[in-house]
Amino acid sequence: MMATRKEVDATSGTETTGHEWDGIKELNTPLPRWWLWVFYATVVWSIGYWVLYPAWPTLTGYTQGVLNQSQRDDVAKAVLAMKSQREEQGRLLATATLAQIEADPNLFQFAREAGKSAFGDNCATCHGSGGQGFKGYPNLNDDVWLWGGKLEDIKRTITVGVRSTQTDTRLSLMPAFGRDKLLEPAQINDMVEYVVSLSGGKADAQAVARVTTLYAEQCASCHGVGGKGLREFGAPNLTDKEWLYGGTREEINAQIVVGRAGVMPTWGSRLDPITIDALAVYVHSLGGGE
Amino acid sequence: MPHRVLIQVKAVDRAALHRRTLIFPATEGPMQPKTGEMLPQTDRFMVPAIFVGFLILGFYVATQTTDPLMGMQAWTFMAGVGMALIHLVRRYAEGIPADDKGAYANDVVKAGVIASMFWGIAGMLVGVIIALQLAFPNLFYFPDLPWTNFGRLRPLHTSAVIFAFGGNVLIATSFYVVQRTCHARLAGGLWGWFVFWGYQIFILVAGTGYLIGVTQSREYAEPEWYADLWLTLVWVAYLFVFLGTIWKRKEPHIYVANWFYLAFIVTIALLHIVNNLAVPVSWLGIKSYSAFAGVQDALTQWWYGHNAVGFFLTAGFLAIMYYFIPKQAQRPVYSYRLSIVHFWSLIFLYIWAGPHHLHYTALPVWAQTLGMTFSIMLWMPSWGGMINGLMTLSGAWDKLRTDPVLRMLVVSVAFYGMSTFEGPVMSIKAVNSLSHYTDWTIGHVHSGALGWVGFVSFGALYCLTPWLWRRERLYSHALVEWHFWVSTIGIVFYITAMWVSGIMQGLMWRAYNEFGFLEYSFVETVEAMHPYYIIRAFGGLLYLSGAFIMAYNLYRTVKGDVRAGEVVAGQPLPATA
Repeated sequence: MMATRKEVDATSGTETTGHEWDGIKELNTPLPRWWLWVFYATVVWSIGYWVLYPAWPTLTGYTQGVLNQSQRDDVAKAVLAMKSQREEQGRLLATATLAQIEADPNLFQFAREAGKSAFGDNCATCHGSGGQGFKGYPNLNDDVWLWGGKLEDIKRTITVGVRSTQTDTRLSLMPAFGRDKLLEPAQINDMVEYVVSLSGGKADAQAVARVTTLYAEQCASCHGVGGKGLREFGAPNLTDKEWLYGGTREEINAQIVVGRAGVMPTWGSRLDPITIDALAVYVHSLGGGE
Repeated sequence: MPHRVLIQVKAVDRAALHRRTLIFPATEGPMQPKTGEMLPQTDRFMVPAIFVGFLILGFYVATQTTDPLMGMQAWTFMAGVGMALIHLVRRYAEGIPADDKGAYANDVVKAGVIASMFWGIAGMLVGVIIALQLAFPNLFYFPDLPWTNFGRLRPLHTSAVIFAFGGNVLIATSFYVVQRTCHARLAGGLWGWFVFWGYQIFILVAGTGYLIGVTQSREYAEPEWYADLWLTLVWVAYLFVFLGTIWKRKEPHIYVANWFYLAFIVTIALLHIVNNLAVPVSWLGIKSYSAFAGVQDALTQWWYGHNAVGFFLTAGFLAIMYYFIPKQAQRPVYSYRLSIVHFWSLIFLYIWAGPHHLHYTALPVWAQTLGMTFSIMLWMPSWGGMINGLMTLSGAWDKLRTDPVLRMLVVSVAFYGMSTFEGPVMSIKAVNSLSHYTDWTIGHVHSGALGWVGFVSFGALYCLTPWLWRRERLYSHALVEWHFWVSTIGIVFYITAMWVSGIMQGLMWRAYNEFGFLEYSFVETVEAMHPYYIIRAFGGLLYLSGAFIMAYNLYRTVKGDVRAGEVVAGQPLPATA
């Protein structure tokens, strides 16, 4: 039978094994030497690695390796190195008041870097990686502050949060004038005109006149008689061009109807006081700090 | 010393022999295997009876369960079983089909080729969709349609391309190859069809399960306990059909491709069963709890996960390579000895490599060491397959210019070599500390998946279609060229984008400034990756386009068409090129 006959392949000059399957034969080429030696080398390297590092399990533990390496120790060392790198400035930061931090250029830069890093991990998700904000999430680069733009104000906002679960959180709620039927739809439409007029936009004068009294009754207690807002209540200034939920008539209308109110977590229970100081300094330094 | 008979075979004789066996392999050859089966006729009763039994069980579960998800799964399962039964009834409605009396069972392989192409396109399409979701998260986010969520589509993509596409290619080619190289008809009669349909039913139940939110949260093993049990049944049947065919072989030796297929089937059975050991909360509910907990659970999962790569995506597809490359190149396999040594070293070493997925985690450091060192030692055993694949071309390199199917097969081996070098490198702890959790891993996986698994499968399907449907050639070689180049460019876009993105991501994550604070926030790394995600989606789109070209080409081949202008009159054509 052909299938058991060895033959020599004409092209390579190598003998076949004599097997044949469905027309496929096999050459009896020896193992490539480089292949075999590299294979041996990887085995030798592995054995060497086993000698040096923790490798094989035993009944009660595992072989420790002559280098006595431990991932836990490595991590502890790395953390220690990081801490010592931050130690000197960090200690100063821990004891300095916010005002002192701003006064010392070195400490200020250190706090800013620490704040930037913490901001990226904790705040950028809502406020944007540059603090530019999004619709519903305040821009931190401008000088418009709902709860105050001084270092201490910012620090307090970060610490207690806004409308969070903490009892001393910054809290205020705009009523849902439309949804809860506090105002008629026609009144809301007129009020939109009033709000547009507050920020200097072209508004329907008759509509404005119709709701002037209504504004004084319903809105002025928080937003102020002139619409300048009130920081104690986090009530936005309606006379500027900055709009948290948008400044078109539709967006203003929607806000009066449902009274959206964002939430910011209480960071005081999540971050250490030094990090919060650093964050306050960072946010204050973004451009609009007072 | 035993006397050796050396015969110098004339080149022209060999070419003629090969051409004959290539075009009509099943009907030619001196030995016609008998059609008799090991267990005559029982399969004709058993297989439909099992399907009917499961139809009843499915109905019971569907009507009795209080879990709406289980209800949907049961109805889907019944739909799949019903399809299988209708097919079998129609197949035997007008007597025993000719295919059942032939030397080889071809129809079940044909069904596998069609299923492979179907699932391949489905899986790659979902891949492009989720690539677009990553590149444009706002554009492809539909909160009202939870089944379109990335979290559900991602396992649908991975399972569809690995198990639905890859699995069907493996089952179909193994059924084809084991018959030819054993010179025996597929054992078990209808059991071959049970394996085919049983596997499609598993895919159907698993895939629709992902979409409605059914998952046991084990990567590449997401299907819940009942789907796992069904697959176990199918897989055991597969093992017996395959072993039975080897058992009744007419060849004195077992061909190397069959060693690899057998290693793949046996090891996948072992991995699947152990990794999925779980306790269902209720026999009528979807939820189950794993038998393992904590880091043991993680290690079991990655022992499974990495060996799915090793034995499904490597050993299985090496079997394809060992049959189709020598067949298409019409050259003998380069080295029998190398095939033995690399086979045994590969399967011995691979099974240890899983812990390299858990570097720098709660996994004990000694297990990490073993995972890493065994991965390093795996380098040469993996490359043994590459050497045997590429060097089989010696004396036939010129065919790469003219035969795009062979080129596809050979380029797949090149990608195999590249990713089996990259893998050990990435398993080194120091490298892994940079690469882990980044897109580099995604790039690595896809150079293996698109380049190696995809291309070797495409090559095999391009060979099988004309062989099985008795066509003298493919509909168009020019379209194979188009497929080859469009897909190759797609792979290059994909993997280079992921390398750059992944290494950049890893470097950004670990960057500290001079004060000892992190340089970048996570969201900044996401922003930086955006352009590369667009390039990746584009590369994936090219690759998918190639698959569409292929599907069209195969469809026209099955129809028996030859593209205008590609027929060379009066010149005998080689098998497929």
